[in-house]
Amino acid sequence: MELVCPAGNLPSLKAAVDNGADAVYVGFRDDTNARHFSGLNFSNRTFEQAVRYAHDKGRKIFVAVNTFPQPEGFTRWEAAVDQAAQSGVDALIIADMGVMDYACEHWSDLRLHLSVQASVTTAEGIRFYHENFGIARVVLPRVLSVSQVAQVIRESPIPVEVFGFGSLCVMVEGRCLLSSYATGRSPNTYGACSPASHVRWEETADGTNTRLNGVLIDHFGQGEKAGYPTLCKGRFQVGEHVFYALEEPTSLNTLPILPRLREIGVSAIKLEGRQRSPAYVAQVTAVMRAAIDSCLQDSKGYHPRDRWMQELESVSEGAQTTLGAYHRPWQ
Amino acid sequence: MRLSIGPIQYFWERQQVLDFYERLAQGPAEIFYLGEAVCSKRRLVKADDWLGIGRELRQQGKEVLLSSLTLLEAASEVGSLRKLCANDEFMVEANDVAAIQLLSARGKAFVTGPSINIYNQRSLHLLAGKGLKRWVLPVELGLDTLRDLQSKRPVGVETEVFALGRLPLAYSARCYTARSHNLPKDDCQFKCLEYPDGRMLKTREGQDFLVLNGIQTQSALTHQALMQLPELEALGVDVLRISPQQNHSSRIIEIFDRARQGADLQPLNEELLGLLSPSGPCNGYLLQRAGMDHDDTQAA
Repeated sequence: MELVCPAGNLPSLKAAVDNGADAVYVGFRDDTNARHFSGLNFSNRTFEQAVRYAHDKGRKIFVAVNTFPQPEGFTRWEAAVDQAAQSGVDALIIADMGVMDYACEHWSDLRLHLSVQASVTTAEGIRFYHENFGIARVVLPRVLSVSQVAQVIRESPIPVEVFGFGSLCVMVEGRCLLSSYATGRSPNTYGACSPASHVRWEETADGTNTRLNGVLIDHFGQGEKAGYPTLCKGRFQVGEHVFYALEEPTSLNTLPILPRLREIGVSAIKLEGRQRSPAYVAQVTAVMRAAIDSCLQDSKGYHPRDRWMQELESVSEGAQTTLGAYHRPWQ
Repeated sequence: MRLSIGPIQYFWERQQVLDFYERLAQGPAEIFYLGEAVCSKRRLVKADDWLGIGRELRQQGKEVLLSSLTLLEAASEVGSLRKLCANDEFMVEANDVAAIQLLSARGKAFVTGPSINIYNQRSLHLLAGKGLKRWVLPVELGLDTLRDLQSKRPVGVETEVFALGRLPLAYSARCYTARSHNLPKDDCQFKCLEYPDGRMLKTREGQDFLVLNGIQTQSALTHQALMQLPELEALGVDVLRISPQQNHSSRIIEIFDRARQGADLQPLNEELLGLLSPSGPCNGYLLQRAGMDHDDTQAA
């Protein structure tokens, strides 16, 4: 199982490589990737340095060009594909079939991975992208149970990568418009969910309100730690009850099921968090490296160590973790 | 422009479904999308029932298509999709790429629903080469993008726009209606039946924000493009989609019918607003803004 780690800047990329990533994925400084945050991602110069650093250490580097261009901006996506290809990256992570079509036409030798944003959950869907664009690996959305992932792997013509740790999308990726409904900007169109440009923190007499384009996402009492207003992780009223109607602030953590993921034939484990700090990247990479090595060495004797779990929980949303859809009762 | 009736997003009693189509068969809508596109556990209307409804509508001169499930997870769902795509009677609306693969492999023409991400001309042309006959503009795209895409549209491909209804915004492994009753999806007790227009989710200050519809999340506001009709027509849009709601669908269709024939929009719009869910209207997506925004002042 390959360990694929996130990097939003050069220090993070070095942290990932130095702590045991087999591959690091990055994005450029615009809306061509799904972590389009201010101050994040790679300029031309730092990108060249990143490729060199990873390759000098014998690791792979992937570039995410995984948002959906509209006609007006299409040339930006072409430029992103060209730049990645010219720099000799090991794979592009793509979501849009138009961009795949362009990449195939202009860079036929370039390896393509299907982004989670392409929203493919079945072997038939994978076949579409494999047959039409030669997609060589697929990243599955976080909506399948482990047995459903196993089913897809059995029938898939190409290797399968799954998310192993990080912030949890509870909606199927690539088809979630909640953010643009509230703000006009979505992961598909803009490369960001619940964008900071539309967030307002409001002190009130009895605590803090968090708003997204004016919509109250949550209210925190005095002494309660206010979290970022990610739209699907707020408290809302349904019927008489106020609760986390969609999902709690929590992160996905697959440490408890690593042997199972190995057994069903998962080829790569992806960590979420290009927007996080180099310290986060170093920490989660090191923990997952140790866990994967332990699992590969002795799958039967493997158990997630308390220290690993504590370290991951300490960097999780709401300081708690879940198996998400992998675990049927979560659904 | 023709009018279409999108698939029923909600879980309705079987008789309610039959009555709905019997009523609409008499109306001016020309195209009907049938079938369950949201949750495979909703089986009060069986596959054969849908075929029966489709045949009757076709006899009345309507164009009939079968809509595929949007989020596929279980092997059994892929099995049902295979059967759907193998049918020789009706064209299929593909709501997932798996359906496109199955249909194009058989050389069958197809329509793509709003959850197929066609955001640019290159995607549109590629799918045209696979057998795309009509596509529904993804709901988060606006008129500016539509204009660009229409100007580069492949020959023989029609364009459909989601013109009225609560917006389908997201799909999940989790069932939120069941969750709102403290139930897991595997024991949902078919709670969706209690909410024929979905279950309201309000902010903590009482703003109607979203609607829970099983594994689907919708807008609380009803997206409506009535005032944009002249512009949609000028852009060469072929079909306007009305998404079913529990009440007033027949009248809503009549309003759109009169509007497309050139009746004065303002009074029709005022009447339409009264027929929508109490949460009110939105049209922000068409104006390249937040989907929940509403502005009729920019209309032609």
